[in-house]
Amino acid sequence: MMEMTNESVVRRDTTRMAKLLVGGLVIVLGVTGSTLAAEGVPSTAVASAQAKVDTGDTAWVLVSAALVMLMTPGLAFFYGGLVRRKNMLSVLMQCLMILCLISLQWVALGYSLSFAPGNAFIGGLKWLFLHGVGLEPNADYAATIPHEVFMMFQMMFAVITPALIIGAFAERMKFSALCVFMLLWATFVYDPVAHWVWGVGGFLRQWGALDFAGGTVVHINAGMTALAAALVLGRRQGYPDGMSPPHNLPFAVLGAALLWFGWFGFNAGSALGANGLAGSAFTVTHIAAAAAGVTWALLDWLKHKKPTTLGMITGVVAGLVSITPASGFVTPMGAIWIGLGAGAIPWVAVTYIKGALGYDDTLDAFGVHGIGGIWGAIATGLFATKSVNPAGADGLLYGNPLLFWIQIKTVFITVVWSLVLGFVLLKIVDVFMGLRVSEHEERVGLDLTLHREAAYTVID
Amino acid sequence: MKYIIGVIQPDRLDEVLKRLTDEEIHLVTVSNVVGRGRQKGVAEVYRSHKEQGSLLKKVKLEIAVNEAFVEKTVKAITDGAQSGQIGDGKIFVLDLQECIRIRTGERGGDAIG
Repeated sequence: MMEMTNESVVRRDTTRMAKLLVGGLVIVLGVTGSTLAAEGVPSTAVASAQAKVDTGDTAWVLVSAALVMLMTPGLAFFYGGLVRRKNMLSVLMQCLMILCLISLQWVALGYSLSFAPGNAFIGGLKWLFLHGVGLEPNADYAATIPHEVFMMFQMMFAVITPALIIGAFAERMKFSALCVFMLLWATFVYDPVAHWVWGVGGFLRQWGALDFAGGTVVHINAGMTALAAALVLGRRQGYPDGMSPPHNLPFAVLGAALLWFGWFGFNAGSALGANGLAGSAFTVTHIAAAAAGVTWALLDWLKHKKPTTLGMITGVVAGLVSITPASGFVTPMGAIWIGLGAGAIPWVAVTYIKGALGYDDTLDAFGVHGIGGIWGAIATGLFATKSVNPAGADGLLYGNPLLFWIQIKTVFITVVWSLVLGFVLLKIVDVFMGLRVSEHEERVGLDLTLHREAAYTVID
Repeated sequence: MKYIIGVIQPDRLDEVLKRLTDEEIHLVTVSNVVGRGRQKGVAEVYRSHKEQGSLLKKVKLEIAVNEAFVEKTVKAITDGAQSGQIGDGKIFVLDLQECIRIRTGERGGDAIG
């Protein structure tokens, strides 16, 4: 009987998803067809593009885009290793499906809403379905690489950001609801914030807020919605005392290592060229990760008598998160301080605040990305210096309190935006389709109940 | 014929196997198991969250022997696994009704060992 009920739930879900997908496809094809017919493709674009494109810059950004792409599967293994055996595939599936879905969303409307000319709050619709996004560089964003390459590099950021949120609701969210929520979140939360900070005319960019590689857009944004998700979905059954330990820490270490590797593309690639600034970002990225890994391990050692592997890699990820907004603006010494803060502040959040408040942020998406992101954005206001990047600004420690104040305001606006809007979107999806799996499904595990698969066999 | 089940500390397995071999007891089935007794486990720490698991890792040995080997087997396991600490484990001795060697179809005491 139970089996029958499950089957029918699965079938109902699948049918609804299929209808949504078919509907979406019809709209997509209709719109592309009409735009192409109406305007055609300029035939000179390719020829003039080759004159301006710098091959070194383009090569580096192409490689960086691929590095950032690898971070989403890396994150899948980082998160997957930390869940219980019965939910391993569900986490891998969620991350990889987000990679597929958001890539399409980005092509259809995400890139245009984020980067096309628009107003202070949102990009225009001019670049829907990449219309006009060709091989010719767009000087507003990157004058020496094809516009399409810039679009692809940015796509990988748009992909990994929603994937980070998974950590907050792992082991208990319906897959169908996740797909719908992620498409809504990318469109209504990520794309506007990307426009505010990076888009031409975006109001945070106008203010002079500094976010080199996405500390605000990616990490605070995802981290705050992660907190909203932990609150809306509620705790897992048995939390906090009846939980099993992570099922495969070696996978988590492998995932963290892939994230570290990919982060060179994330930060150094954000220089959008093969140049000194990329080298500087590369250097400080690595230094901050190292400092934060050591710090977290030491704090574990002091408090729990032993340095833990999970603590060290968590510190590394927190360090990478925190250096992200600062990576184009700080010196190696600044990176050490940022790394020390990244090892300590999220550690306090995870060790003391999480337990005291009682929310079940399963894999600490808020604790690491939200808190780490906030520290990074504020630290950028402290440690930024024009000696590293003349196009940036001096921070508080270099005699410019204004930048510090701008960073604080930016953090505040983003925190409120992604917490509140994330909360509202989750509630809306909850009303229409329900966010949480049944108690039975949660107990049996999502791999079997949502995907009809098992991650590991018991017998060869 | 007896069926002897020993539940021991995992780190004592090599010593027990060596002593069994010395007594020319070669037939043994070994499994990793978890269980609990009076021994308190070590709390594991994951991102500052302590997991006080109530089930501890043990190794289970299963050995079928003829009567003449029962005490030798018990002694080998005891000598190899004993540390004097809580958690050294247990040995259970059961009557064994039948034993069949699949390759030859031999039955009873001839099929053991």
